[in-house]
Amino acid sequence: MPETLVLEVRRYRPEEEAEPTWQRYQVPFRREWMVLDALNHIKDHLDGSLSFRWSCRMGVCGSCGMMVNGDPVLTCATYLETLLPGPVRVEPLRGFPVIRDLVGALTDFLVKLRRVQPWIVRETESPPAQGEYRQTPDELAAYRSYAQCINCMLCYSACPIYELEPGFLGPAVIALAQRYNLDSRDQGREARMEVLSEHDGIWACTLVGECSTVCPKHVDPAGAIQRYKLEAAAAWAKALLRPGSGP
Amino acid sequence: METHVHDVLVIGGGGAGLRAAIAIAETDPALRVALVSKVYPMRSHTVSAEGGAAAVIKPDDTLEAHAYDTISGGEWLCDQDAVEALVREAPEELLRLEHWGCPWSREPDGQVAVRAFGGMKIRRTWFAADKTGFHLLHTLFQTSLKYRGVARYDEWFVTRLLVDEGRCQGVVALELATGEVHALLARAVVLATGGGGRVFPFTTNANIKTGDGMTLAYRAGVPLKDMEFVQYHPTGLPFTGILITEAARSEGGWLLNKDGYRYLQDYDLGRPEPVPVLRAMELGPRDRLSQAFVKEMEKGRTIETPHGHVVHLDLRHLGARVIEAKLPLVRELCLQYQHLDPVRELIPVRPVVHYMMGGVHTDLTGATPLPGLYAAGETACVSINGANRLGSNSLTEILVFGARAGRAAAAYAARAPAPDGPVRAQALDEERRILSQVLGNRSGGERVATVRAAMQRALEEGAGIYRDESGLRRAAETIQELKARVGRVTLDDRSHTFNTEVVALLELENMLDVAEAIVHSALWRRESRGAHQRTDWPARDDAHFLAHSLAYRSAHGPPRVDPLPVTITRWPPGERVYGR
Amino acid sequence: MNPAYRRHHPKWHRARMPIFWWLRKWSYFRFIARELTSLFVAYAAVLLLVELRAVGAGPEALARFTAWLRSPPVAALHVVVLLALLFHTLTWLHLAPRAMVVRLGSRRVPDVAVLMGHYGGWLAASGLVAWVLLR
Repeated sequence: MPETLVLEVRRYRPEEEAEPTWQRYQVPFRREWMVLDALNHIKDHLDGSLSFRWSCRMGVCGSCGMMVNGDPVLTCATYLETLLPGPVRVEPLRGFPVIRDLVGALTDFLVKLRRVQPWIVRETESPPAQGEYRQTPDELAAYRSYAQCINCMLCYSACPIYELEPGFLGPAVIALAQRYNLDSRDQGREARMEVLSEHDGIWACTLVGECSTVCPKHVDPAGAIQRYKLEAAAAWAKALLRPGSGP
Repeated sequence: METHVHDVLVIGGGGAGLRAAIAIAETDPALRVALVSKVYPMRSHTVSAEGGAAAVIKPDDTLEAHAYDTISGGEWLCDQDAVEALVREAPEELLRLEHWGCPWSREPDGQVAVRAFGGMKIRRTWFAADKTGFHLLHTLFQTSLKYRGVARYDEWFVTRLLVDEGRCQGVVALELATGEVHALLARAVVLATGGGGRVFPFTTNANIKTGDGMTLAYRAGVPLKDMEFVQYHPTGLPFTGILITEAARSEGGWLLNKDGYRYLQDYDLGRPEPVPVLRAMELGPRDRLSQAFVKEMEKGRTIETPHGHVVHLDLRHLGARVIEAKLPLVRELCLQYQHLDPVRELIPVRPVVHYMMGGVHTDLTGATPLPGLYAAGETACVSINGANRLGSNSLTEILVFGARAGRAAAAYAARAPAPDGPVRAQALDEERRILSQVLGNRSGGERVATVRAAMQRALEEGAGIYRDESGLRRAAETIQELKARVGRVTLDDRSHTFNTEVVALLELENMLDVAEAIVHSALWRRESRGAHQRTDWPARDDAHFLAHSLAYRSAHGPPRVDPLPVTITRWPPGERVYGR
Repeated sequence: MNPAYRRHHPKWHRARMPIFWWLRKWSYFRFIARELTSLFVAYAAVLLLVELRAVGAGPEALARFTAWLRSPPVAALHVVVLLALLFHTLTWLHLAPRAMVVRLGSRRVPDVAVLMGHYGGWLAASGLVAWVLLR
C-alpha cells in the first residue's frame, strides 16, 4: 500500500482566469478514506481555496457528486483504494455549467422538476384526520424504487442526450414523475402527461441506459422512461381511435 | 446592496423549515414567504434520519402513554403542556404527510405500520423502511414546490438577524454563488437551521450542522435553553460516525461486549429476553445506553479497534429477509462503510454525538422572547425533549412545531408593521463587516481546520458523556482562547465566487458560541439528569434543578445562565424506570 | 485577475461536448453502434422490397437478382448485414424487460422471464417463417 496518492483536480476561479485549469495535490493514502476525505484533507491542510459541496458523507444527501476518472460518482462513497495507483482525476459533474472549481449549477434540474408536478395530485381530497389513504405493501412496491432518488444528478452527467440537448427533461425528473404516476394514491397521471410527452420529454431519450448504470440508489430511471413511453404511446393511440375521450 | 422584502422568512430548508413554509402559505396565501437555506433543501440533514416518527394511531395506544414515555424519557425536564400539544397534534401531522405522499411502510391491509422504539412502552413509531427522514424531507420538498407563493433563496448563508425597535425585521445573507451580501427584510423570521453536532469531533451529523440559527438568536440577545443536554446515540459506526438506526434494536438487535454478553442487563435495564421488550434492555433510552457503554469501557469489556473502543450490534438472528425488508439502509451502510454484511457479521458500534436537546428558547407556539422571531425543530428548545430525547420524537417534533411556528409567524406578520429604515443601515454595516473584516486583510496564520479541531477536542474531553467541574472549566478556557484564535485565521480563499472557506470560517465562529453555551450551561447544572451526567454531582436534584438553563450571551466573558422553571401539568416527577 | 470578471457576476463555465464524445466510454460506443445498426435494418427492408419486385417481375428477373445475391462481394456484405441485424435484435430484446414491468398478482415477473419470453416469441416467429419458406 502506498503512503500517498496524487489527485488532479479541475479548478475554475472565474475571478482569476477565463478557463478552467488543472491542479495537482499529493494526499496521504488511507484504506478507509473515500475521495471526499482526500478532498477535505486538501481543503483543511493544503489549499483552503478548493470549493466543493458535501454534507452527509453517507450517500443520502446527494451533494457530493463529481466526475472521478471520467465517471460520475458520489465522492463520499468511492474508496481511494479502488483508484490506486492514481493519479485520480476529479472534475465537476459533466453536463452542468461550472460555477467554481467542483461546484456546478443545478437550477435547470429544479426548474424542470417543478414542471412535472412532483407531488400527490388528487381529484378528491379527504382530511388527514379521517385517516390514511390505504396502500398495500404491493402498491408501495410499485413505485418504491423511483422514490429512492436522492437528486444527486449523476444520471444527468452520464446522459449524453442531456449534454447534446439541454432541453431534455432528464432521467431523474422523469423517474420522479413516474414515482407519483405509479403511486396508488395519486390521481395526476393526466396532468403530467402533456409535459412528459413533449419532444424534450421522454421522446428525447434514446435509451443509452447510462443513467441507470451510474445511479447509486438503483432507481433505474431508464426503466422509468421506457415504461412511460409504452404508456404514452398507448394513450396516444387510444386518443386517436376514440377522439374526445382524452388520454 | 440589494434588498429583498418579504413578509415571513424561514431560515433553513429541512423538515421544520419546509413544514413552516407550507404552513404559512396555507394559513395566509397573501403573505410573501421566502425560504433561505445555505444548501439546497433536499440536502438538509433531515435526510439522514432513519428510524421513524412517533404518533398515537393504534387502538392499544393513548396520548397519555406517549406523553408519559416522552416526559419520563426526558427525566421530567420536558414542559408538559408542550408535550401534550406534541402528542395531540402528532397523528394528524403524520397523516398529513401521508396524504402528501410520504411512503410510510404498511401493514398487509394497507394501514400505516408502527414499530417499537427506544423508551416507548407501546409501539407507535411510523416508519418508511429505515429511511424515514429521507422520505419525509423529499415529500415535504416536493410538496412545497406546489406553493408558488414560497420563494426560495438556495445557497444563501445568513450571517445575522436584523433587530430594531425590539423586534426582528429580517436577516443579512451572503449569496454563495456570487459572494454578494443581501438584506432580506420581513415582518417575521422563523429559524429552522437544525442542531450543532459538528462542535464535537465524532458525530452522526452532516458537515452543515453548525448551529447557525442558534447563534443568530444568541447574538441577538435571545437565550439558548438547556444547551448542556447533548445526546449521544448509542450505535454509530467507528471512524465515520455514521448512524445505525435505533430501529435495528427495535427489530431485535442485541448489544454485546467483547465476551458476547448482553451487557445492558448489568445497568438496571431489565433481563435479556430473546425478543425485544419495550422500554427494556436494548430498547432503553439513549442516554442510559451510551452511559452503559462508558462504564463497560472503564471495566475493560469493550473491544479495542484502530478507531476507538466499540461494542458489537448483533443482527444475525433477525435473518436476511427481515433485514432486507426493515433495515435495508443499515445493510447498505455496513457493506459500504465497514465492509461487512450484518446478516452474517457483527457490527462494531460506539456512542456518537447525535442530537442537541437544547436550543433557542421558545414557547408552545414557537415564539422566542424576541417579537417577530420564531424557531422550530432541533434549533429550538420548546422543551419537548427535556434532558433526553426519545428516538422518533424528533421527526414528529419538526412537523408539529414547524407547523405551529409557521402559523404563529404568519399571524404575527399579518399584524406587524413593515420593516423600517434603521435595519437597512444595520444591513450595510454587516456587509461592510463581511467584506472588510471577514474576507478582507486578515493576519495571524491560523487555519480554520486547526482551530476547529481544537474546539472539537476540547468539547469531547470536557463535555462528553461524563463531565466534571475541572474538565468543564478547562473546556471553557480553551473555548475562550479559541475565540481569540479564530480572529487570527487567515483564509487561502479571498474570492467571492462560491467561497466555501469563508463559509467554514463563519460556521466555526458560530460553533464557538454554541460550544460556549454548552460548557457554561453544563457548569451551571450541578446535578446529573438524562444526558447531562456530572461525576461530581451524580444525583438528580429536583429541589434545585427541576428547571431549564437559559444561557444569555455576554459582550465580554462567559454567558449568564439563569434558571427557568419547568411546566408540570399532570405528571409529577418520579423515578425513571426501565426494564421493570 | 480575469479582466472579464465583474464583481459579484462570475461567468459560469460551460464545457463543450467533444465531437467524438462517443469514444469516451465503451458503453457510449456500444450505444452509437446500436443506433447505427438501424441503417442496416433499413437496408434489409429495402432489400426485401427489391426482392419482392424481382419476384413479381418474372423468373428472369428473379434469376438475375439471385445471381447478384450469390456474388462473393455481395454475400460478404450480407454477412455483415446479418451480424448487424442480430446485434440490433439482441440489444433490442435485452432492453425489453426495462420497458415492460409485468406483475402477476403481488410479485413482479423477473426480468429474465420477460427476456426469455421475448426470445421464445422471436424463435417461434422465425421458426414459422422458416417452415413456410423451406417446406
